Amino acid sequence: MRDVAIIGVKNSKFGEMWDRSFRDIVVEAGVGAIEDSGVSGDRLDGMYVGNMSGGQFVEQEHIGALIADYSGLSLDLHVPSTRVEAACASGGLAFRQAVMAVASGHEDIVMAAGVEKMTDVSSTAASAALAAAADREWEGIMGATFPGLYAMVARMHMHEYGTTSEQMAEVAVKNHKNGSKNPIAQYKSPITVDSVLNSIMVADPLHIFDCSPITDGASAVVLAPAEIAHEYTDTPIYIKATAQASDTIALHDRRDITTLDASVAAGKRAFEMAKMTTKDIDLVEVHDCFTIAEICAIEDLGFAKKGEGGKMTEEGETAIGGKVAVNTSGGLKACGHPVGATGIKQVVEVTQQLRGEAGGRQVDGAEVGMTHNVGGSGATAVVHILARER
Amino acid sequence: MSVARFWRKQIHRYNLVGTHCKTCDTYYYPPRNVCPKCRRDGEIESHKFSGPGEIVTYTVIHTAAEGFEHQAPYVLGIVQLDEGPRFTSQIVCNPEDAHIGMRVKPVFRKLGESGDKGMIYYGTKYVPA
Ligand SMILES: [Zn+2]
Repeated sequence: MRDVAIIGVKNSKFGEMWDRSFRDIVVEAGVGAIEDSGVSGDRLDGMYVGNMSGGQFVEQEHIGALIADYSGLSLDLHVPSTRVEAACASGGLAFRQAVMAVASGHEDIVMAAGVEKMTDVSSTAASAALAAAADREWEGIMGATFPGLYAMVARMHMHEYGTTSEQMAEVAVKNHKNGSKNPIAQYKSPITVDSVLNSIMVADPLHIFDCSPITDGASAVVLAPAEIAHEYTDTPIYIKATAQASDTIALHDRRDITTLDASVAAGKRAFEMAKMTTKDIDLVEVHDCFTIAEICAIEDLGFAKKGEGGKMTEEGETAIGGKVAVNTSGGLKACGHPVGATGIKQVVEVTQQLRGEAGGRQVDGAEVGMTHNVGGSGATAVVHILARER
Repeated sequence: MSVARFWRKQIHRYNLVGTHCKTCDTYYYPPRNVCPKCRRDGEIESHKFSGPGEIVTYTVIHTAAEGFEHQAPYVLGIVQLDEGPRFTSQIVCNPEDAHIGMRVKPVFRKLGESGDKGMIYYGTKYVPA
């Protein structure tokens, strides 16, 4: 297998974009990533596009072909373009497919993109589409919602480990603070613990400010074999590990409701592949679709002992400048969570950090970063480790 | 959910019928075709559960799922049956009374209805034992 490098990245704006279409935002990100890489578009050998639910959000399937077409890569060039779906982990998984295509030697210059346009439907319809990432026949039918499933995780975490609503609120406060320094973020205003605790209850114990919002957005990266990456960029970022794991589709079938075993397995596989430990990681973008999810993620990946994720957050160890910087981009919470795009946006953030291009949210001297993207309530987890040094 | 998709599982939903793997002596509800532990070595048979169980974790849903608006706030929980399996169910009780470890028993209730077709779905919910 060949080493693989990232040579170009770009996010569209994230937010509620009433005036822009699905194809507008994905072309913005895709063209931006190609421009950033210095590759000419006709050199692309393939595209992998993460998208969870174009069918339900914009009544459009056949997303791979649509994006190749509107990126100007279909006529004459006929660049192959493949849609990848794993609920909210669709982006992370599209990136993994692209990495494997280059690593295998089958393709050289490859784009991985992710996109979701969620505000063209009502928030009720958007929630129903998202709920399809859980078990429709045995969870959805009982009135389960996504916040409801994570609320049951939160309730049990509080019961078993004494995690508090204040500690969960601290996740949101930190991520909004980081997001305030990210030009693409949906929310750029800092918030307080009190504003989280006083926001309306969605699914007890989760308030609306414990939840990531409904968002439009697209992200794209361009990959090349490490051997030729320097032909295009002075700052290639290398992929040290790619890992994926599955777990039960329904929350009720998990071994332990407070542990996402798919995250544990994917994290372990990634560390083994990179020959690294948590001590080597300067920053990590984790899947904070809800505040409790970030607490579980830092425990599942080994940054915090089981049950101590809330305490670690409260003590500031996951802030920029702390033991490990978690969600420097603002995470899903402040950037917004366009489900298919999130996993690629995480890769864009880590790349910008490792290049030293993260502005006011820069982690000093960042050498190694990690991404962690979860589908559903934990049925899929995708983890990557990226580094400045090959 | 489509009528056919619901009716296919009617016997399981109405009567708490799941499965039992004779190879590893593990019970499953919702039912499974393949034992997740023994995989193809598992020998699956039908099993009707006795009914009672306890709440493993729960939430009170204030922002309801589509079609459940008139029920909010409602208690959603993960119930562990005395034979072992866990599944998601609504707990019909005062939200303030719900707690982890609460003993519960099944009741036959309306779960919901299918939009404009008006087909009513029934199944099992739980109440304090
Ligand atoms: Zn078995």
